[in-house]
Amino acid sequence: MRLLSHSLVARVTDVGSLLRRIIGAPDYERYLTHVTAHHPDVTPLSREAFARDALARRYDQPGSRCC
Amino acid sequence: MSTSVVSTRPPSRIASALVWSLVAIAGAGALGFLALSRGEQVSAAWLLVAAICTYAIGYRFHSAFISARIFALDDARLTPAERLNDGRDFVPTNRWVVFGHHFAAIAGPGPLVGPTLAAQFGYLPGVLWIVVGVVLGGAVQDMVILCASIRRDGKSLGQMAKEEIGPVAGFTALVAVLGIMIVLIAVLALVVVNALKSSPWGTVTIGLTIPIAMLMGIYMRWIRPGRVLEATAIGLVLLVVALYAGRWVAAQPALAATFTLSGKTLALLVMAYGFAASVVPVWLLLAPRDYLSAFVKIGVVLALAIGILIALPPLQMPALTQFTDGTGPIFAGALFPFAFITIACGSISGFHALIASGTTPKLLERERDARFIGYGAMLMESFVAVMALIAACALTPGVYFAINAPAAALGPSVQTAAEAVAKWGFVVTPAELEQLAKQVGETTLLSRTGGAPSLAVGMAHLFSHSLGGSGAMALWYHFALMFEALFILTTLDAGTRVGRFMVQDLGSHLWRPFGRTGWMPAVFLSSAVIVAMWGHFLWQGVIDPLGGVNTLWPLFGISNQLLAAVALCVGTTIIVKMGKARYAWVTLLPLAWLTIVTMSACLAKLFSAQPRLGFLAHAHLLQAAQAAGTLPPGVKTTGDLARMIANDYLDAAVTVFFALSFVVVLGDSLREWFAVVSGAKAPRSTEVPFVRRVAVAGD
Repeated sequence: MRLLSHSLVARVTDVGSLLRRIIGAPDYERYLTHVTAHHPDVTPLSREAFARDALARRYDQPGSRCC
Repeated sequence: MSTSVVSTRPPSRIASALVWSLVAIAGAGALGFLALSRGEQVSAAWLLVAAICTYAIGYRFHSAFISARIFALDDARLTPAERLNDGRDFVPTNRWVVFGHHFAAIAGPGPLVGPTLAAQFGYLPGVLWIVVGVVLGGAVQDMVILCASIRRDGKSLGQMAKEEIGPVAGFTALVAVLGIMIVLIAVLALVVVNALKSSPWGTVTIGLTIPIAMLMGIYMRWIRPGRVLEATAIGLVLLVVALYAGRWVAAQPALAATFTLSGKTLALLVMAYGFAASVVPVWLLLAPRDYLSAFVKIGVVLALAIGILIALPPLQMPALTQFTDGTGPIFAGALFPFAFITIACGSISGFHALIASGTTPKLLERERDARFIGYGAMLMESFVAVMALIAACALTPGVYFAINAPAAALGPSVQTAAEAVAKWGFVVTPAELEQLAKQVGETTLLSRTGGAPSLAVGMAHLFSHSLGGSGAMALWYHFALMFEALFILTTLDAGTRVGRFMVQDLGSHLWRPFGRTGWMPAVFLSSAVIVAMWGHFLWQGVIDPLGGVNTLWPLFGISNQLLAAVALCVGTTIIVKMGKARYAWVTLLPLAWLTIVTMSACLAKLFSAQPRLGFLAHAHLLQAAQAAGTLPPGVKTTGDLARMIANDYLDAAVTVFFALSFVVVLGDSLREWFAVVSGAKAPRSTEVPFVRRVAVAGD
């Protein structure tokens, strides 16, 4: 029973992260995992700084929007 | 089915040949049936079969050819997402996620509006060009540019034009993109204005989407930081509330009067919105709107597909109308080239080249995914265009023309409209028109040119047919209107903001501080410049007695198709420089066709002797009236007359600008191709070197 609910939670989290990536929302957890795994010497951005930076990049260039 | 399986088991090769032959026969049969049927009603099922079979063949064979022969896509080659993985821009992502993301980015109001307008010629030209054009043109462009960009660490179209063709071509492409964006925003804003004028329900519902987005923005920033999905779920619920709030307002006479706005007022409001969206922080308005719009987009496309599959409506529109000769009321111009110009995005859209060389190439985790994402997502977009065409052609032609023809052609009342429609050989009674307007909760549906309202009526028809009965028709109508406006406003606000950055970038060459994106005077000034530019075209469209769509949509179509031609020039140059000139026909074929179509359209818009079609002929007609001291029908003051004359010359100048930009890029490209093909220049690809994946685990 506990196992089932655990896998259900995991699945819902998966779907959530899937949807977030499809709509192109910034994914801080993924970024944090990446930085800690591959660049241990770099201090990662804070959640807020990361979100601000991700949005700025997305909306500052043509190629994010279409007709 | 992988090639190794096919080669080791000959029987499956025969089975596969058999299956694909059947698909080909079914598709050809359905297309043939559509082309030859005259007089009797045809079921939408034929259109769906023709489209899906053509897509299947195109995907299976043409995209495989591009993947294997031209780019030799190889899953053992590391993609930019893998090599440059930074957890931010470059992130290896599952192909289905990238597909969803890419589709949400390329799909907009274009493929909904274009085919709806092109239904003026009947359903046949539309369906033929949508399915053939996408398989040989649009999907090819998207895939080739995506592959080229992946092989160059995700470079943009502008950068590739500069590096592959030359600096002149690169700069021209950049300026042309800005020009195209301005025309695009103006025409989309006009579609919204035409859909909302004297519609209190629509105005309130769509107006409420702005505070809803802001609420979501505040929620994600202050209340529960980073909870995007929670905020989006709240936003979706609030959209439904907004739908009912609009209905409530429309039912209160005093409130309804306040929100019954004229075209001019709405145009000013849309401009104010565009300006505000460009200067306020992204998190407050743009980003939440985008999330909302992405969900609504995917949801509505699925709903539309289900609605059409359940209803399989008969097509009321004939295969061809008499308007193929260019006398159509919605937009001027004959079948060739204007059917192609009008459909635009559903077959081939130059804007996609910007997306295929923007975010998408930085996400692919395997090279061969480029086929599924570049070619496949465009097929999906084309399918949306087919569905829009079905929704428009499922209306009776009388209703379709009453909604879409401009006031100058229909007159002021349902009686005059019914007479005008009868003169075109279609039947609709004044009572029917009144009844329909009442059913969808509007006072009038006449002359709502732009495609959104007739598509909304078509969708309301389909949805209320399959779910909810006719009582729900008004809700479905305003729901369809709301989601289209949501698409359009997301293009409008993001486009204005991107335009602002481009103006600031250009301005910084003259005076450095102007380029500082955080410096408020520069931000305000550049935003105002962009809004003034598209606002000018919008205003001109609103006061035009012929309905501005007549002028602006062809201008948009021409510019979009020319951008596609520029992208195909870049693609061809890349293929030639890879030493694969023998396969360059893949991009040269659509490029040649687009060159013929767009240049014919430019010449017609400039030099046609018919005032309805040619900008200069129209200007001369107005000037003659001005000299005689009279006012042409529909023009109210001498000031308006003078402005209209000036606008005709401006439109002509813009057409010349687009055409010249393309000629420059094409000329520059031709020089490169001949240099390589003649051997004067060695074919040298600028791809980044091959890096092999060490272990292909789990693949």
